[in-house]
Amino acid sequence: MKPRRFDYIRPDSVGEAVAVLAEHGDRANVLAGGQSLMAMLNLRIAEPAVLIDIARLAELDTIRVAGDAIEVGAAVTQNRLMGWPDLAAKLPLLAAALPFVGHFQTRNKGTVCGSIAHADPSSELPLVLATLGGSVVLRSQRGTRVLAAQDFQTGMLSTAREPDELIVAVRFPVQATKRVAFREVARRHGDFAIIAVAAAAESATKVRIGIGGVADRPAARAVALDSSGAVAAAFDELATELEGYDDMHASAAMRRDLLRRLGPLTVEEAMRCAA
Amino acid sequence: MRRVSRDERTRVAFTLNGRPVSGEAESRMLLTDFLRHVIGATGTHVGCEHGVCGCCTVLIDGTAVRACLTLAVQAEGRAVTTVEALAAPDGTLNGLQRAFQEHHALQCGFCTPGILMSFTDYLARKPHPTEDEIREVLSGHLCRCTGYAGIVAAVLAASGQKSTEPSRSQP
Repeated sequence: MKPRRFDYIRPDSVGEAVAVLAEHGDRANVLAGGQSLMAMLNLRIAEPAVLIDIARLAELDTIRVAGDAIEVGAAVTQNRLMGWPDLAAKLPLLAAALPFVGHFQTRNKGTVCGSIAHADPSSELPLVLATLGGSVVLRSQRGTRVLAAQDFQTGMLSTAREPDELIVAVRFPVQATKRVAFREVARRHGDFAIIAVAAAAESATKVRIGIGGVADRPAARAVALDSSGAVAAAFDELATELEGYDDMHASAAMRRDLLRRLGPLTVEEAMRCAA
Repeated sequence: MRRVSRDERTRVAFTLNGRPVSGEAESRMLLTDFLRHVIGATGTHVGCEHGVCGCCTVLIDGTAVRACLTLAVQAEGRAVTTVEALAAPDGTLNGLQRAFQEHHALQCGFCTPGILMSFTDYLARKPHPTEDEIREVLSGHLCRCTGYAGIVAAVLAASGQKSTEPSRSQP
């Protein structure tokens, strides 16, 4: 199908983009890579009156070190971040997860921030951001605010972004460890994850785990490796707590079962990596 | 600031296969439709129109992307490359196309333009990909005829390699 009619606006600066967004608010959608939004426009799931295209804004096409985090601008594509030379050293979990994001062809255009903004519960990048305890930088004419990942994503495809706010960047905390693992179950490589599990060691006795695809948003927590059954118990508890949902790909029960099986394997893989 | 209102038809110009092209488009017009209906370049095929099948894959500034997830107006000033650019002007196929022909990498040919463009980008970055890497790129395309084995063999051959594993049926 084809999109409904909309006014197309391509601002020349972030300042202009924020001004246009202030004018149109929730009548507008922001277009960056468009790998989810354009499909939703074509299917008429999204019907904005105004489309604001930020893909060409050079000031948003930056990857930079911001204190103890890596700040990825809203125009940076997933493949550009994958090719960033410091990625494996500074953000090994992200390096492990990015190959699971869509396909080579969609990563060429899809942006990192766009995936966070879209807030699909089975998406890899919101899961990594939640697992690492990252944050989202929002700008409006009222100012700039930084929201922690767990406060940003409020449910399935919904976030705490106000209608006049532009996501200008996301911040991934630099990891002190190389002990990470990322696994997911999908029908085919690049398809939406039925479930996804991320693990990043905080020390030899503590690991942060993240789960995507089971609840309406990613879940993350720290697990102490103080007994041999601690990891299995943590995933079992999470499976019960998150409940899961039924869709055409898997039942809630299958999601919980996959989590109980895949979770401990992912942590084991992370802890086997050299520190 | 570029603005195109909903009822306006605007002039869109870019480079297509090395030549300047232009035409009128509404803001909502997809690059696929602009190429096919306005320019008349029908080599780019349209399958699902939501980014899944990969038939419409073209290069924008050398990078393989879905033309159905791109607005015509977003291609303004860019260099767009489509399957029409691959063969020589006299119709002689390029190496990748020839390998597809020799390895039965197509039957109906509907998905082929997109797959050729994906590997045109990928092989430029990675001239000697492994079979797994080829299958990963191929996962961004749907082909209902070949079972993919011929496509993998063709890309291996085009990159000067031979298949070492027995063919599998799924990417």
